[in-house]
Amino acid sequence: MKKVVGLSLLLLLVGTVTALGSYDPASERYVFLSAYNLENLLHRVGLFGILSIAAAFVIVTGGIDLSIGAVVCVAGCLLPWFVVDLGWSAVASLGAVLGICAAIGAWHGLLVTRAGLQPFVVTLCGLLLYRGAMREFADDQTMGLGSAAAGLRSLATGRLPITADFGLPATTIVLLVVALLTWLLWTRTVWGRHLFALGRNEEAARFSGVPTQRLLVAAYVICSALAGLAGCMFLLDVNSAQPSSFGSFYELYAIAGAVLGGVALRGGEGRVLGVVLGAALMVLLPNTIRLLADSDRLEFAVVGGVILAGALADEGLARWWRQRRSRGVPPLSR
Amino acid sequence: MGPAEPLLVATGIEKSFAGVAALRGVDLVVRGGEVVALVGENGAGKSTLMKVLAGIHRPDAGTLSLQGTRLELRAPSDALRSGIALIHQELSLCDNLTVVAGLYLGAELHCGPFLRRAAMRAAAPRWLAAVGLRVPLDATIATLSPGQRQLLEIARALRAEARLLILDEPTSSLTQVESARLLEVVRDLRRRGVGIVYITHRLGEVQALADRIVGLRDGQNSGEIPGPGATHEAIVGLLVGRRLATAERRAHAPGEPALVVRGFGTQAFPEAVVDFVVRRGEVVGIAGLLGAGRSELLRALFGVDRRRGGEVEVAGVRVPADGPRAAAARGLVLLPEDRQHQGVLLDFPVAWNLSLPTLADRGRRLDTRYEAELAARSIRELGIATRGPLQRTGDLSGGNQQKVALGKWLAAGPKVLLLDEPTRGVDVGARAQIHALLHELAGQGLAVLFASSELEEILTLADRTLVMRQGRLVGELAKADTTEASIMMLATTVEGR
Repeated sequence: MKKVVGLSLLLLLVGTVTALGSYDPASERYVFLSAYNLENLLHRVGLFGILSIAAAFVIVTGGIDLSIGAVVCVAGCLLPWFVVDLGWSAVASLGAVLGICAAIGAWHGLLVTRAGLQPFVVTLCGLLLYRGAMREFADDQTMGLGSAAAGLRSLATGRLPITADFGLPATTIVLLVVALLTWLLWTRTVWGRHLFALGRNEEAARFSGVPTQRLLVAAYVICSALAGLAGCMFLLDVNSAQPSSFGSFYELYAIAGAVLGGVALRGGEGRVLGVVLGAALMVLLPNTIRLLADSDRLEFAVVGGVILAGALADEGLARWWRQRRSRGVPPLSR
Repeated sequence: MGPAEPLLVATGIEKSFAGVAALRGVDLVVRGGEVVALVGENGAGKSTLMKVLAGIHRPDAGTLSLQGTRLELRAPSDALRSGIALIHQELSLCDNLTVVAGLYLGAELHCGPFLRRAAMRAAAPRWLAAVGLRVPLDATIATLSPGQRQLLEIARALRAEARLLILDEPTSSLTQVESARLLEVVRDLRRRGVGIVYITHRLGEVQALADRIVGLRDGQNSGEIPGPGATHEAIVGLLVGRRLATAERRAHAPGEPALVVRGFGTQAFPEAVVDFVVRRGEVVGIAGLLGAGRSELLRALFGVDRRRGGEVEVAGVRVPADGPRAAAARGLVLLPEDRQHQGVLLDFPVAWNLSLPTLADRGRRLDTRYEAELAARSIRELGIATRGPLQRTGDLSGGNQQKVALGKWLAAGPKVLLLDEPTRGVDVGARAQIHALLHELAGQGLAVLFASSELEEILTLADRTLVMRQGRLVGELAKADTTEASIMMLATTVEGR
């Protein structure tokens, strides 16, 4: 909870600084606070938030998924193929793509549990494998829906008007639904309890009768399916996917968002709200750079610096807290 | 259930791993309301037998029955369902969970996929009370002491309605007070008709608790004696089948001061200041309850924790507060408490572990000849039971791992040897060997300072005992005055609390 509060304050701070710095004397307006900019930010938080939740599912088990960006690419290339080349209906195509992505996750899960491979290795190979396969499959050509599936596209481009010029983007609403379901799953179901137990101490969980292998596979399936969902939404949004670059590096944004949001890489720790806030910060920072520096050259450097500073502050606070607590008389055991 | 009626009957249990027989036809009978102590050296097959009973290993041959019903255990959850609970040597709780969540892990109350959190919360206090555990229900397990965790594990077994409880070294990481509490809980469970299998290296607990003592040796039953009135010798006879040469303590004439500590403080106890001297040829013990600051003192002396002021001298040379390398360079070394994480690298071969601290002194190039010679010498002189210098250290028994951890520092030619729990989790035979080795080293002029939570070890090993409480030295006992009572008097008198 401390983490969520800290992250909220950091978001507020960065937001305020950006807003103040984005003042445009010509139009006498704060560009950052314009409805267009805010709506765009929320839209991107929706997309990247889903990816971070996807990553969090696997990180909570103590694993890692580096193939998220490649799965985004798979979804982005296959959706147009089903719709345009095969002529499937939009909904059937979406279902097929999500099914394929889930199957990729199941494959990862089986390699980790049955073959005993390291998640890092499995998903690193996946990253290379799927992107390479997609480039060959699409003949390295840009894939797009053209004018087809216009209805489905509203999943990514639609908005819920709130005021005259501001509306809640559909992607944000999808994220809220995904986040709510994840929260229910993590904190209110037996499955979630077992997932967190397994993440901290797999052996202890197994000895307690928790079906750890099945749970691990399920976590990878959910991760890849969510990455596929986000991939479809990215495609529906921009309506074009270049196999060599679509979704490239997105796994790092996803993991950074989750870790920034308090999901411990050693497993067994994390909150959905933190993940969403972490993803929001990952989206907000590049916007800040662009508004304040009028260039995106510094983007990576600033993002890296802020995450590092956050980790340092977190560690420092934790140490201070421990010292404060241990200052009293040490507890005599009963 | 009458006490005579057998609860569990195991007959002819056999189990091999990769062709090596761990159990060769073991029989075990446990009745309700009875404590059976299972004794045996490391490698005798105790742990394997327990894992068979708990459904972790499937036996190659033999039968298990519980109250006359044949048992087929395919997984740990089968054993739990049948009412057999194993309380593990390494506490097997997921420590990120709350007390309530840990209590119900694997058997959550639920309604469809959803947790019934209120129902679990409401029922939890009953189980915690049954073992006398008073902790907040929402406390994270990581914040509990080892003793509290052990009690929580037992509460969990009761919650699962275990009729047979297997305790594997339950007191190995507990303090004297916590151990006493645990033994009381075990007696209480016995009164309620629970059958208990109790594994321990601590013979005092066996004598205090057991109704029957069953010995295992080399994967076979080595005999059985009634618990009440069992002598130390009789139990050891079951264990090793040969008379142990008890380390004969000859008093070394203490020489000049080897370790001088003045005005020394640790970060853990900022208000406490410690002064003491250990002479050459002396073996000095540090006693105290858990949390008294024994480990913290040794760690800070060696420099793995920062010290808070004060002076340390080894043979007249000041040891700067500059980390373990500086201390080791001046002849001050530490055998740490946690062997598996701090003492040795489990995945390293024996020879690599042995040469680790001294290899850098041999120049930049990896001196493999030195390494081989050192390994051969250490294995011979310390009696390390290993297939060879390149065997993985983690495959050795606890006692032999400990000898490796000790040997790597002996190679550095120390003047002062600090040891934190030198024989934790080590079997009786290896323990006697390590004790004899420490006496021998003292006889050669080394100063030995060790901390132990086992009073028995302090009594047999130390020439002189320092007692700690809340980071302070609260007393010093000469060999003749050292008794369990005199130590506990000093260790537990707490003013104003």
